[in-house]
Amino acid sequence: MESMKSEFKSNIKNTFSEIMYPLIAIVFSFVAAGILVYAFGKDPIVAFKALFWGSLGDLNKVGETLVTTTTLILTGLSIAFAFRCGLFNIGAEGQFIMGGVISLWAGWAFKGLPAFLHVTITLIAGAIGGGLWAGIIGWLKAKVGSHEVINSIMMNYIAMNLSNYLIMTVLNEPNKAFSVEIEKSARLWRLSEKFIQFKYSRIHIGILIALIVALFTYYLLNKTIRGYEIRAVGFNPGAAEYGGIDVSKNIVLAMFISGLFAGLAGGIQTAGVQYRVNNLFGFTGYGLDGIAVALVGNNHPIGVILSALLFGILQKGGPMMQVEGIPKEVVGIIQGIIILFVAANFVRVMAKTFRGKKASHEAKIKEGVK
Amino acid sequence: MSLIVEMKGISKSFPGVQANDNININIKQGEIHVLLGENGAGKSTLMNILYGLYTPDEGEIFVKGKKVKIISPNIAISLGIGMVHQHFMLVPPFTVAENIILGLEPKKGFILDLDKAIKDVKELSNKYELKVDPYAKIQDISVGMQQRVEILKTLYRGAEILILDEPTAVLTPQEIGELGIILKSLVSQGKSIILITHKLKEVMVMSDIVTIIRSGKVIDTLKTSETNIEELAEKMVGRKVSLTVKKETANLGETILQLKNIKALDNRGLEAVKGVSFEIKSGEILGIAGVDGNGQNELVQTITGLRKATEGEIKLENKDITNKSPKEVIEAGVGYIPEDRHNRGLILDFSLAENAILGTHRKSGFKKNLGLDYKKIREHSRKLIEEFDVRTPSEKVYAKALSGGNQQKLIIAREFDREPSLLVASQPTRGLDVGAIEYVHKRLIEQRDKGKAILLVSLELDEILALSDRIAVMYDGKIVDIVDAKVATETELGIMMAGGKTNENQWEGS
Ligand SMILES: Nc1ncnc2c1ncn2[C@@H]1O[C@H](COP(=O)(O)OP(=O)(O)O)[C@@H](O)[C@H]1O
Ligand SMILES: [Mg+2]
Repeated sequence: MESMKSEFKSNIKNTFSEIMYPLIAIVFSFVAAGILVYAFGKDPIVAFKALFWGSLGDLNKVGETLVTTTTLILTGLSIAFAFRCGLFNIGAEGQFIMGGVISLWAGWAFKGLPAFLHVTITLIAGAIGGGLWAGIIGWLKAKVGSHEVINSIMMNYIAMNLSNYLIMTVLNEPNKAFSVEIEKSARLWRLSEKFIQFKYSRIHIGILIALIVALFTYYLLNKTIRGYEIRAVGFNPGAAEYGGIDVSKNIVLAMFISGLFAGLAGGIQTAGVQYRVNNLFGFTGYGLDGIAVALVGNNHPIGVILSALLFGILQKGGPMMQVEGIPKEVVGIIQGIIILFVAANFVRVMAKTFRGKKASHEAKIKEGVK
Repeated sequence: MSLIVEMKGISKSFPGVQANDNININIKQGEIHVLLGENGAGKSTLMNILYGLYTPDEGEIFVKGKKVKIISPNIAISLGIGMVHQHFMLVPPFTVAENIILGLEPKKGFILDLDKAIKDVKELSNKYELKVDPYAKIQDISVGMQQRVEILKTLYRGAEILILDEPTAVLTPQEIGELGIILKSLVSQGKSIILITHKLKEVMVMSDIVTIIRSGKVIDTLKTSETNIEELAEKMVGRKVSLTVKKETANLGETILQLKNIKALDNRGLEAVKGVSFEIKSGEILGIAGVDGNGQNELVQTITGLRKATEGEIKLENKDITNKSPKEVIEAGVGYIPEDRHNRGLILDFSLAENAILGTHRKSGFKKNLGLDYKKIREHSRKLIEEFDVRTPSEKVYAKALSGGNQQKLIIAREFDREPSLLVASQPTRGLDVGAIEYVHKRLIEQRDKGKAILLVSLELDEILALSDRIAVMYDGKIVDIVDAKVATETELGIMMAGGKTNENQWEGS
């Protein structure tokens, strides 16, 4: 019992130390953004008040923010998971689209099912669709050796056009530029049905699914043989091979799992938010935002949850800043600064320089985990 | 003889390490001065300071009595200092002459005067008896030859003081001998040489004077003629070390490993292993001697499943393991200390605990329900760390935080602990200091005496001679000969390593 407690404690500690640097970077970014707003001749306090009021001011707003967060958690996890295997799954966008359209089909084609079963089938169909779409990329990488980024980009375009084709033909709502609607039984339960406080917000049970998936990802990566092998391949494929780990198999599998998450994100978008799929003229951006979310979350499942929340706040609160006369581009700039700080490992570099000569060898050693 | 270089009170620290700590060293004109010290002692750092690659935190440098500030290699070169680095800095597709003149090309107007370049190179090479072919491409010549090119490069830039960083690490015994002659001829013509090494034998034959550095401090400066290997070893390591390996005669058992006519390709698709056959019995160490790049690595990888054999058969305890996956080879009972700790043996971003189960992580002992039992894994790794004396604050530390010697100990612990019937030890002491080498050797002999079959691959002939019961010399992908270690001599092995064949002492594998 005692050891379990201490193990739990050390897990928490590791988690915290892994996401601490991005957290500090975020604080820095807000300060920098505040200075910027001030330079525009506006009051930074007003700006940030607007930002947080607009995204978290009441339950209705919180709900809408969490709708975005839900999607970003899943696409962020998708990127982060692949990254742990050394893969850059820029194709989460395409997997998101495929998940969305396949869930649409499952939610529309099956009729008369009990709601719980139908929702489950709808989401699983979307997830597997995304998984297979990503699996193709992984397979190409493992067998042919072609780079996953190039293939991802191409698969994204194929996904977008395929989705558009399907919703304009077999899944088309007659005479409309969007698809048919899914059955009522395929829709995710909305919180506003029970809690009137959420008013018009579309927040649905999907947020819970996303959180569970994040915890599941943490467990899979850090506590299982499969996770051990996937991380081994990600850090050092040569050593993984030496240790009898099948590198190709793990690459395909990691891409598949990564695609499951992005596909599920698409499925949830269909089953929880839109109930249909629109004809796309460009990418949704959710898959691409997932890259930023994963980066800021340091590719750690818990970090991804927090960073998805942050990005949700920025995206939903931005328009309110505009009402206060602050250009909505400021939100884009804050996002940009955060990413820049995190990507440049700004805080870590600063910390190192400050510590300078005093930094002892022990300090370096202490970074170890597990 | 006058002082040509004086370094006074030099200190330099990197985050977390004091690489040089108040170092004083004087180099006399026309001398070969050895810097002796274990890996990480701070030798390269000190010389990089002299060559202007690092700036010292404290201290002064005098060249020919004048105080100088060497803030870049260009300044060093202009002061007549030249350096040949541990890793050569040559352009492989260029010719010898082109490499030597690179950056200082003789010109006719705007056009490179290649004739003059070749003439210059020939002149230099005659003057110092550094024989090279100016027209040959770097990629086609031997490592020993490349080293001569590096030396010529510094001379071409007017070097009076030559720094050579671990120049013998990559050479055959014959080439080391030749290098000795070249260095003697250079000092006889007035050059001064600073030679970095951690090999004691070379100090004795190559130097006039030796400065021993340990943990960034100068321990002593001695005349070579007034010291001996034992004294140097003790000063270098800081305690008495046994330089000879004690071992009883081999107690042979069943045949464990059998190779029949194994062929394999290298990464470029060229045949690197060209029909190798041998056997190893339980309780025996078979050493493979050879110059780097003669197919040893490819051979080892073929045995351990990391590379496909294109022909031939490998049997372990009479079971066919030819072209089995690494996983199957591990499970069949092969332990493997890989030649490349960082790219094969360890996952540097994993903790020691996670590294301690690499390869055995599928074993039921480490499972709990659906996941891994990290409590057991940590216990297991703590046991290994204690048993094999891995110096670390805990098992939770990343592998990258350990020194090379301790990383190697962890690998050895992991591979020995599996109780394999065959142990493949490829360059097991590469980059380790004397103390760690002593330890690894002792452990290998211990395993042999426990009845393991051991395949030892090493570029260090001393190591092969000290540990092996039989020695196979590999050259150009083939085994030149297998000889009894008790009667093998360094000269004889050296000749075979260069492709020559002697017919004495032939002792075919039974
Ligand atoms: N550029 C560097 N940055 C950080 N540490 C370094 C650097 N160069 C050397 N060191 C450290 O300084 C110490 C001395 O290294 P080095 O001079 O290369 O030793 P040697 O050449 O005697 O083997 C070692 O602990 C090494 O890790
Ligand atoms: Mg060195």
